[in-house]
Amino acid sequence: MSAATEPKSVAVELKEAASPYVEAFEVFSSNGAGGAPEWLQARRAAAMARFAEAGFPPTRQEEWRFTDLKPVARTQFARAEQESASVTSVDDLVLGSARQWVAVFVNSHFVPELSRLEGLPRGVVVGSLRDVLRTDPNLVEPHLAKYALDDYNPLAALNTGFIHDGGFLFVPAKVVLERQVHFLFLTLPSDGDPAPVTYPRNLYVVETGAQASLVESYAGTGVGVYWTNAVTEVVVGENANLDAYRIQRENVDAYHTATTHSVQGRHSNYSFITFTFGAALSRHDIRAVLDGEGADATLDGLSMLRDRQHTDYHTTLEHAQPQCTSWEYFNGVFDDRAHGVFNGRIIVRQGAQKTDSKQTNNNLLLSGNARADSQPQLEIYADDVRCTHGATLGPIDDEHMFYLQSRGLTKDAARDMLTYGFGSEILNAVKSEQVRQDLDRIIHEWLKQRAPMGA
Amino acid sequence: MSSSAIDQHVKQPYKYGWSTDIESELAPKGLNEDIIRLISEKKSEPAWMLEWRLKAYRSWLEMVEPTWPNVTYPPIDYQTIHYYAAPKQQKLESLDEVDPKLLETFEKLGIPLGEQKRLTGVAVDAVFDSVSVATTFKEELKKYGVIFLPISEAIQEHPDLVRKYIGSVVPQNDNFFAALNSAVFTDGSFVYVPKGVKCPLELSTYFRINALSTGQFERTLIVADEGSSVSYLEGCSAPMRDQNQLHAAVVELVAHDDAQIKYSTIQNWFPGDDEGKGGIYNFVTKRGHCMGRNAKISWTQVETGSAITWKYPSCILEGDNSVGEFYSVAVTNNFQQADTGTKMIHIGKNTRSTILSKGISAGRSQNTYRGQVKIMKGAEDARNYSQCDSMLIGDTCGAHTFPYIDVRNPSAIMEHEATTSKVGEDQIFYCQQRGISEEDAVSLIVNGFCKEVFRELPMEFAVEATKLLAVSLEGSVG
Amino acid sequence: MLEVRDLRGGIEGKEILKGIDLSVRPGEVHAIMGPNGSGKSTFAQVLAGHPGYEVTGGSATFEGQDLLDMDADERARAGMFLAFQYPVAIRGVTNAYFMQSAINAHRKEQGLEELDTLEFAEMLEGKLEMLGWDDQLIHRAVNEGFSGGEKKRNEIIQLAMLEPKLAILDETDSGLDIDAVKAVAEAVNQFRSPERSFIVVTHYERILNYVTPDHVHVLAGGKVVMSGDMQLALDLEAKGYDWITNGVAVG
Repeated sequence: MSAATEPKSVAVELKEAASPYVEAFEVFSSNGAGGAPEWLQARRAAAMARFAEAGFPPTRQEEWRFTDLKPVARTQFARAEQESASVTSVDDLVLGSARQWVAVFVNSHFVPELSRLEGLPRGVVVGSLRDVLRTDPNLVEPHLAKYALDDYNPLAALNTGFIHDGGFLFVPAKVVLERQVHFLFLTLPSDGDPAPVTYPRNLYVVETGAQASLVESYAGTGVGVYWTNAVTEVVVGENANLDAYRIQRENVDAYHTATTHSVQGRHSNYSFITFTFGAALSRHDIRAVLDGEGADATLDGLSMLRDRQHTDYHTTLEHAQPQCTSWEYFNGVFDDRAHGVFNGRIIVRQGAQKTDSKQTNNNLLLSGNARADSQPQLEIYADDVRCTHGATLGPIDDEHMFYLQSRGLTKDAARDMLTYGFGSEILNAVKSEQVRQDLDRIIHEWLKQRAPMGA
Repeated sequence: MSSSAIDQHVKQPYKYGWSTDIESELAPKGLNEDIIRLISEKKSEPAWMLEWRLKAYRSWLEMVEPTWPNVTYPPIDYQTIHYYAAPKQQKLESLDEVDPKLLETFEKLGIPLGEQKRLTGVAVDAVFDSVSVATTFKEELKKYGVIFLPISEAIQEHPDLVRKYIGSVVPQNDNFFAALNSAVFTDGSFVYVPKGVKCPLELSTYFRINALSTGQFERTLIVADEGSSVSYLEGCSAPMRDQNQLHAAVVELVAHDDAQIKYSTIQNWFPGDDEGKGGIYNFVTKRGHCMGRNAKISWTQVETGSAITWKYPSCILEGDNSVGEFYSVAVTNNFQQADTGTKMIHIGKNTRSTILSKGISAGRSQNTYRGQVKIMKGAEDARNYSQCDSMLIGDTCGAHTFPYIDVRNPSAIMEHEATTSKVGEDQIFYCQQRGISEEDAVSLIVNGFCKEVFRELPMEFAVEATKLLAVSLEGSVG
Repeated sequence: MLEVRDLRGGIEGKEILKGIDLSVRPGEVHAIMGPNGSGKSTFAQVLAGHPGYEVTGGSATFEGQDLLDMDADERARAGMFLAFQYPVAIRGVTNAYFMQSAINAHRKEQGLEELDTLEFAEMLEGKLEMLGWDDQLIHRAVNEGFSGGEKKRNEIIQLAMLEPKLAILDETDSGLDIDAVKAVAEAVNQFRSPERSFIVVTHYERILNYVTPDHVHVLAGGKVVMSGDMQLALDLEAKGYDWITNGVAVG
């Protein structure tokens, strides 16, 4: 095979890799999904058509330059079965306070026995999207698959095609939710071929003047390949407040691809903080649209990876209305041969005057073989705006090391302390005390697993 | 939006626009080898210097004017410029013999040269058109072994030193305007600080263009030997003339092991009138070479003048652990155009550079930051921090940022921040609503924006810079 | 204290205020409510003298002085304070320096000695203690990088420092979570006095649960279409703005 034709054949291969999914979809839409309302069936079919058209994106596409999906495309996957008998408790996976309302999904199927949803205030809905589609589809219909449009990412289209279950939160106008909500997704790898793939689909709607705090977390048991391909849509109404935390702790063989798309109304506040520790390969597209005057958004992230783990964040902050403020602060810690990608785009639409947007991406490379790529992108179509972006990339500062060592800390302890400090910049933004403590513990565990430094 | 408030702040006349009525000796207009020979002869230069000039001229003939800067101007006819202009009176032994008109000129500019009045703590070389008219504190500096002379005198008195360093940082054929300068430069300052000496005074050169249709082509060379340090300040102004005048200077800095050079500029050449007529074309090549280990070169500039500015004070960081800094405030108003920035070339290990650029644009002006950071392969653990902030006043001006980053060593740590913001009614109104007057509000906002750069200026000039800024922007808010 | 008669005005030739009448006596708290686009914020900006807005008719006096004849800074020094809906950031200028400049501008006007940095710090400390807030905002640049809640809190600190006779809060509660709304409301209550008046402009009735107004006015189509007491706000909460605006012919 000549070198010139090779990229083409990879592209063809990636496109053709969509076929088994298209076939699976036909089975899915005629069987398991048959009971879905017509509008949902139509949205699924349209999305699937688009995935079939696009296939898996090749690295030749600018948006996928650093993330090679070949290993995902070449693995045989089948939709994960409902199987929760083996799971007796998820206590050690639940983060945050015992007062949380928890909705647990195993292989992306809601498991009421493992969930804890008593005492919800009137009108508030927390639980399974599948259930709500049956009981109250009117709460879902105006929003589902309306924001995370599949033209941004073919994998989001694939998820839409297989919409089945996921987390659903609805907080009606003016209700202040006193307790935190937690959506927990646990996947069980299978022993043989094909490997399981799940399509968690989440929808959170916080109406005018309402307030809520939630955690969305992903975990996998043991070892073995599986693929989580998730989509979350978030609607934050006028003058509403939502704090959302996302924690990805898939097993080390897993693939994790995700899209989180939020839309905000006037004077709303949305804070989204995401943590990535797991998966062999992960890719997360975050798009936050500030679609009401005076809205504020925070997007923060921390990745801590080692071995040959790979993560790729593509974030888009879209300022569509004037007087909105956004902050974005992503830190990455990469050890061994890990690779982190951050692509941060800020779009300021025409008329979105007085936009104030600040983006920072800091990367700490703990090994000479670790790698980080950082790419800010500004697209500004208004003239009275303030946009800041900054990026750093590098190893631990020798002088900082020396300072701590001069105070008697060993080399390892000094390195861990500085790494921890780097992570805690994001951790400190977590308002929920219990979530912060749990994450603090996870970060310390991560540090403990590191090999001691050589002489 | 009401524009009265801001307009009032920007529309202040240029204060230094008067000219001195003094008889000048002018070389005929135009440029050719004979003119260069004439200049060299006027300066009683040694043969090698003339050869050096001619070589520069010959390469200039083969070069083309750069077109990549983000500025536009009608073609310059290099044959219509006087390349040499000097007040009729030749330089004399003592200040008493200097034409009182010249002393008066500099006094009016705030640069008194007379024994009693001269600035304390600052030694001044005053350059009027093509010649240096006076240098203060020369003798005092001599005691420390510091040489501070007009470059024309230095070529005669310290030929070996000059010959060793001139063109070593900015070669004759470096670029179009540097080549032109190398061919026809007339005066400028030469500074040599010997080993281990911390120069006890601020050194300063004040450039004044007076004659009509002249170009000014000064050349400054500063050498800081091992372990020495010096702080140097350059100021400039020109009368208001309808025609554009060309200023093409070259500044070379050389810092040896452990040496430090701080070079500050307050550039206030005539910017043209509020319709864009006249003004200086300021095409300048400034470069510093951190040759030695732990050397440090720091450029600070406050640029408010000139119709067009094209200038990138740069640092070549060759010595290990050497440090380059660039702090800049560039203000453009009316029809001014500025394309300015810096280059930081990291060659040595553990080299550091900092770039802090503040651009303020008002009126119909265009203000461009252009900066390059280059980390060469051997520059282990190099670091750069860049911050470029632009402030727009009004809707008819433009701000542009072009950062170029070229990293060839993976251990480099790069940080970059950029902002663009608009000062307008809302900020001023906010201050006013707290009881602060409009005038105070504008100076509060502008000075807040420039604070990090002003902090780098020598104390006595920071105040001047603040005032200068207020004047340049007077009438622009609204 | 404040007498507004048939006030008309707008921006860029568009009339937004179509004849507003309002009387505020010392010590009173007035709430001005209304749907988006009703002219609430315009009214606040016009009272404070934003130069971008033009007044096309009517009158406004503050303690007998013709307000419309004064520049924004003169109005401020006469004792009128506006807490901005969108407080403006000023980089490189610390909050402390900004407030000191503002206070000294007021003191100069009153013929008082200017405060030096130490005296200012003492005053500030006292006010913060009263509010029960810490000083972490004080040494940062004015509103620079502040969160929505921090900006609004900063407005209240400035209010406390400048001790105005009339404070206008322009949607200070918008975008705040419930705890922040309570904190702002408590601060306002602390500074209520028989001499000091407040105009609370708000879109949401939530803040009025904590700051009880003496009078509630509803603005629609650039006019006060209904006035009443706290009960009016409660009715609005229950029935929404449509209840009022549907009945108002726009004209």
